[in-house]
Amino acid sequence: MTAAGLALAVLLLAGCGGPAALAAAGPQAGRIAGLWAVVFWIAVIVETAVVAFMLYAVARSRRPGHDPAGARPEAGREHRAVVAITVAVGLTAATVLGLLVASIGTDRALASLTRSAPLTVEVTGQQWWWDIEYDDPVPSQRVRTANELHLPVGEPVLLTLRSRDVIHSVWVPQLHGKQDLIPGRTTSLWIQADRPGTFTGQCAEFCGYQHAHMRLLVVAESRATFDAWRAQQRQPATEPTDPLGQRGRAVFLAGPCVLCHAIGGTRAGARVGPDLTHLAGRATIAGGTLPNTPGHLAGWILDPQRIKPGAHMPAMSLPAHDLQALLAYLAALR
Amino acid sequence: MSTLALRQERRDEGVVEPAQLARAWDTPPGLLGALASANHKQIATRYIVTAFVFFALAGMLALLMRLQLATPEAHVLGPDLYNQVFTVHGSTMMFLFAVPVMQAMALYLVPLMVGTRNVAFPRLNAFGYWTYLIGGLLLWGSFLLNVGPDAGWFSYVPLAGPAYAPGKRADVWAQVITFTELAALVGAIEVVVTAVKMRAPGMSLERVPLLVWAMLVTAVMVVFAMPAVMVGSTMLAMDRLVDTHFFNPAEGGDVLLWQHLFWFFGHPEVYIIFIPATGFVSSIVSTFARRPIVGYPAMVLSLIATGFLGFSLWVHHMFATGLPRIGASFFSAASLLIAIPSGVQIFCWLATLRTGRVVVRAPLLFVCAFIAIFVVGGLTGVMVALVPLDLQVHDTFFVVAHLHYVLIGGAVFPLLGALHFWLPKMTGRMPSERLGRWAVAVLFVGFNLTFFPMHQLGLAGMPRRVYTYLPETGWGRLNFLATVGAGLLAVGVLLFLANVAWTLRHGAPAGDDPWGGDTLEWSTPSPPPSYNFAALPVVHDRHPLWSVAPPGAVVGLGRREVLITEAIDATPDHRHALDGPSLWPFLTAIAVGIGVIVAIFTPWGVTLGAVLVTITLTGWFWPHRPAVEPGR
Repeated sequence: MTAAGLALAVLLLAGCGGPAALAAAGPQAGRIAGLWAVVFWIAVIVETAVVAFMLYAVARSRRPGHDPAGARPEAGREHRAVVAITVAVGLTAATVLGLLVASIGTDRALASLTRSAPLTVEVTGQQWWWDIEYDDPVPSQRVRTANELHLPVGEPVLLTLRSRDVIHSVWVPQLHGKQDLIPGRTTSLWIQADRPGTFTGQCAEFCGYQHAHMRLLVVAESRATFDAWRAQQRQPATEPTDPLGQRGRAVFLAGPCVLCHAIGGTRAGARVGPDLTHLAGRATIAGGTLPNTPGHLAGWILDPQRIKPGAHMPAMSLPAHDLQALLAYLAALR
Repeated sequence: MSTLALRQERRDEGVVEPAQLARAWDTPPGLLGALASANHKQIATRYIVTAFVFFALAGMLALLMRLQLATPEAHVLGPDLYNQVFTVHGSTMMFLFAVPVMQAMALYLVPLMVGTRNVAFPRLNAFGYWTYLIGGLLLWGSFLLNVGPDAGWFSYVPLAGPAYAPGKRADVWAQVITFTELAALVGAIEVVVTAVKMRAPGMSLERVPLLVWAMLVTAVMVVFAMPAVMVGSTMLAMDRLVDTHFFNPAEGGDVLLWQHLFWFFGHPEVYIIFIPATGFVSSIVSTFARRPIVGYPAMVLSLIATGFLGFSLWVHHMFATGLPRIGASFFSAASLLIAIPSGVQIFCWLATLRTGRVVVRAPLLFVCAFIAIFVVGGLTGVMVALVPLDLQVHDTFFVVAHLHYVLIGGAVFPLLGALHFWLPKMTGRMPSERLGRWAVAVLFVGFNLTFFPMHQLGLAGMPRRVYTYLPETGWGRLNFLATVGAGLLAVGVLLFLANVAWTLRHGAPAGDDPWGGDTLEWSTPSPPPSYNFAALPVVHDRHPLWSVAPPGAVVGLGRREVLITEAIDATPDHRHALDGPSLWPFLTAIAVGIGVIVAIFTPWGVTLGAVLVTITLTGWFWPHRPAVEPGR
């Protein structure tokens, strides 16, 4: 029974090449995965040894039907046992000390990832989405987006982390461990992606109703692609040229949307909700929970509470033609 | 002087008739008698039964959560209900089950094991139980009225603060803490004083059973740990009720202060739950290996070391908050260090099994399951003690797996084994060996099926406390497996409870000492009479019932009195009259309950409570002439 459990344990853990935290895409997650491998195999050895010894000790002297009250208790043979225990404790202490050294070494390596004048991104957590702003000395050159973090491959990037309401925690397992975003404090996290790709992350600190739907996409791309993306993000929103799009813009600007959302180049400048200047360029909506398609966007605008109960976006009751116009306008915000 | 008093006793009274003892110690009949009871076994039994009711309820909540998480985007529970469910599950398991049930075992067993007739402060003990019961009813009553706390059993601010938790849910949580911690402190004081001052003559410190040592260390830990969370929850309640700003950064407060206060309690809490279990394990291993535990001094020192170290690693719950690295390393080292005393205990038990003549019975199988599971939990504990690994697995399902390996494996398995082991003593009837073995097997498989996959889910990126997850995450299969396991785990619990029910109805008479145990409780009839021992025992070595010289007897003490002995070497010091049954503890608990519950809604609750408690305490401590016992 115990052996079966252990077999299951080893079987399941042996297949651990797959999980995100061990499929590293950056130097830091890579180092942590290296430390994991060491500790994991030590754990397998210790558990196997303990269970095997226990089963041996119990099975050896098993006499079925034997009455415990009848067996006269006796001591004796303690000396050798004490020696064995001392050796086992010494091994434990040595292992623990070794692990501490390995851990502190890994920790130092994690902290060694820095560079001067790095790309700095301000990430602000709020219920239940990520506000992302690329720092720039020239205020007009700052770029603001949401739930999608673009990074150049192979460069350390500094994330400056703040919270606007409760505690959140940013975690992209393929890149690094987590770092909390704490109201009243500013924390930071260096990350680096070593290969292009899209890596998903998620808020890891319980933050209320929609903690489950507070996802983050990290898009790592070549420096050239990243620069092009950033340059494009600096542009104001595309002006609609078709009548439907123009009508949609009017719906947006006349409606309650502007109370929370900003669209660069228009009068809408609120910072309560995500910046929509380049909404159509993003892969997802609703905190990374829905693909960014017109159908999902329509569903989200009409009834966000059905998709993310408790979300702070109120339901919009728009006539069908206004909704179509609004969707056309938003779909053009590349 | 003390020996003189005893000789005096001997000459005066000779052997006391059981009928006289029964008159002095029995609880009065009827409902009022039951409410007034100050008998440690009655109160402990109530505690155990109540705690298991809460265990079953919180277990049902766990099943609900597993149903919700079995498939991606399920709609069994919405986010609002899910958050209440996991908060009430965690709070119930920690505050209403794990700590109280361990203390209850101590309140039942410690007086018997040290050879005395009741706990040190019988009425306070009764007060503790009623307070605990009111706290439990408050939590579950609120939950059933949809005012259940929903910010997690840890109630992190600001999520549980006034700005983000409108309504009364977080206040209910804070006041439940007040009740349960009060009860825990009361229980701890009982155990400390009983174990230190009321041991049988001759039971010097080096002869104290390991279980009593474990309970003593635990009780001392409770005394130091609980005030931190009581301060914290009071500050939270004040932030919410009277607009203080302890945790409001906008007004100079600090949200991390809460985490420090909470985990300064929260981490020792784990050991407060685990250390009593080590006591059960020592008793069971020693009995069924038919020999004393190897390395008694090492075991005792390990318990004490765990008690100290348990207070120096709370920050490992906060590695992701961005602490200075040096500080983090210190707490990482302290967290690793605790593997050493835990290792010592495991090795001593294994050595005892190896050098003993093992008799396999269901309680021992529970212990074997415990060792297999707990060692996994300890090893994943080493993983989360390492800062870099913790940054990956912290607040994920990996930690959910880890904590259940430690708490179910480390505490519930030994507890169930202990109940099977002491059920004959408590009920006078033998449990079914066959049902007991089935229960262990099903629980073991169900447990591992439920929680082992969660390690992998955590590494795959699944955070804790999510009410659902997207299909594209790929977490569906392992979650489904875990849900199947949870069903099996529930079957295992039912098998265990069925065995208890069977024992009560059909169990064979147990006799005094069915397992051949070594400690004093096995020298009493099963179940023990209200006065525990017909004559208070005198012990000559560490294993009084295995000794060639059987325990001696203190002659006399026919009234409601116990013998107080010296703390170190347990030489008799004086005789001490204990309080008997009284309704005042019950009424005082009600008064405290009214005050604390009204304080959820208005600060005047504190005033009201103070007035009511003053009245009931006046009644409680009203001086009266001790009644002269019949037969004197």
